[in-house]
Amino acid sequence: MTTDPAPRLSRTDIARRAALDLPDGGIVNLGIGIPALCSNLLPEGVELRYHAENGILGFSEMDTKLDGDPNIMDAGGNFPKLVPGMAFFDSVESFGLIRGGHIDVTVLGGLQVSGKGDLANWMIPKRGIGSIGGGMDLATNAKRVIVAMEHTTRDNKPKIVNQCSFPLTAPNCVDDIITDIAVIKVKTQGLFLMEAAQGWSPEDVQAITEPELNVSDNFKPFQTA
Amino acid sequence: MPDNKTIDNFKDAVADIPNGASIMIGGFGGAGGQPTRLMLALRDLGVNDLTIIGNVAGISATTHYGWREGPDDPKPVDQGMFFASNQASKIICSFPVPGTTNPLSEIEKAWRDGKAEVEIVPQGTLIEQIRAAGAGIPAFYTPTGVGTSVAEGKEIREFQGRTYLLEQALPGDYAFIRAQKADTHGNLQYVGTSRAFGPAMATAAKITIAEVDEIVEPGGIDAERVGTLGAYVDRIVQRKAGDPYP
Repeated sequence: MTTDPAPRLSRTDIARRAALDLPDGGIVNLGIGIPALCSNLLPEGVELRYHAENGILGFSEMDTKLDGDPNIMDAGGNFPKLVPGMAFFDSVESFGLIRGGHIDVTVLGGLQVSGKGDLANWMIPKRGIGSIGGGMDLATNAKRVIVAMEHTTRDNKPKIVNQCSFPLTAPNCVDDIITDIAVIKVKTQGLFLMEAAQGWSPEDVQAITEPELNVSDNFKPFQTA
Repeated sequence: MPDNKTIDNFKDAVADIPNGASIMIGGFGGAGGQPTRLMLALRDLGVNDLTIIGNVAGISATTHYGWREGPDDPKPVDQGMFFASNQASKIICSFPVPGTTNPLSEIEKAWRDGKAEVEIVPQGTLIEQIRAAGAGIPAFYTPTGVGTSVAEGKEIREFQGRTYLLEQALPGDYAFIRAQKADTHGNLQYVGTSRAFGPAMATAAKITIAEVDEIVEPGGIDAERVGTLGAYVDRIVQRKAGDPYP
């Protein structure tokens, strides 16, 4: 592996870029990890209706306090601020909402994404046990699936691969991949490189990405606002 | 006239649970919605070979997931205690382990030692299996899990050009439900996100036991606000000051 041509972006930068793709007024479910950071990084004027698997829809902001009401939480164990128009419901309804295709966008973390948009994010084979949670339902059924993750593993192995070697969360489900060096769109014709971080050429990104990247006609620098 | 379903204390409410029973534990996984006093009473009963059915299982004790943090707040309680005490031999859930292995959760320890079977089910499939069991539906098709290890050995069928897999209903012997309020007929009222798996589990078990903050006379819950019908609930127990922790 060659050395990086320029610094990679932070987890916060990845989340800020993902937040740019969230539609004003949309119903959005954020996974744990980098995706959860999006809620505090929305562009000014954008207001979302967040859904959490444990049965809450319509919150828009999180409270940072640690001693909130345990009966008003999101699925990550954080405390949402109460806002007018929100609703509580049970898990049957919560997953009917997901399975029925009523979630506009979900942002999920990823361990591996394939060139066909297969997602693996729930188990590392070496550990042999993992947690599916609501991830399979969201990846399979949300209208749009954005994966927000680091571009490579800690030892610089590609996480965007020809074929996922980790157990799948769902096949052929990912629409967009946002990493610490690139924004990539998954289309039926293959992967399209839409944006790259400052100092990274398409060839630099390709060098640590297994499947072939098509450079988009609209290729541009990594957007921050 | 319907019976008064009130039981005086948690110990008596779980006293008839035999070895080998399957126990549904309501809520989502954190403190809200978790019937902790029924869980502790079951642990103290000492029965074994239990199958635990729940959603997020055994991560609170290691990650503090969903519990308040503060000097006056209790230590997290979760399903892991039945594995620490060797009372459970199986868990069916969607989220058995946290991301971290340091410290190792009780469920993961028991699984590594070959003492417990862990069946991991997508959350939407698990809740629908439970709903189906209570609603007279033996099986249903879902798109979730198609093309993954979850689909192994299951019937696959296409409807309108999309692929689905067949999942079967999942009943339980007992369900432990946490609600805010019960009337003496067993109608339950919930608060906030404490509903989660509770309402469906209440319908799917042979014996449903509710742990509540308050028991009122019929009429004390607005008929428009009944979250679980008394028809599904067999026993109700009120939390009292001075109950065993927490």
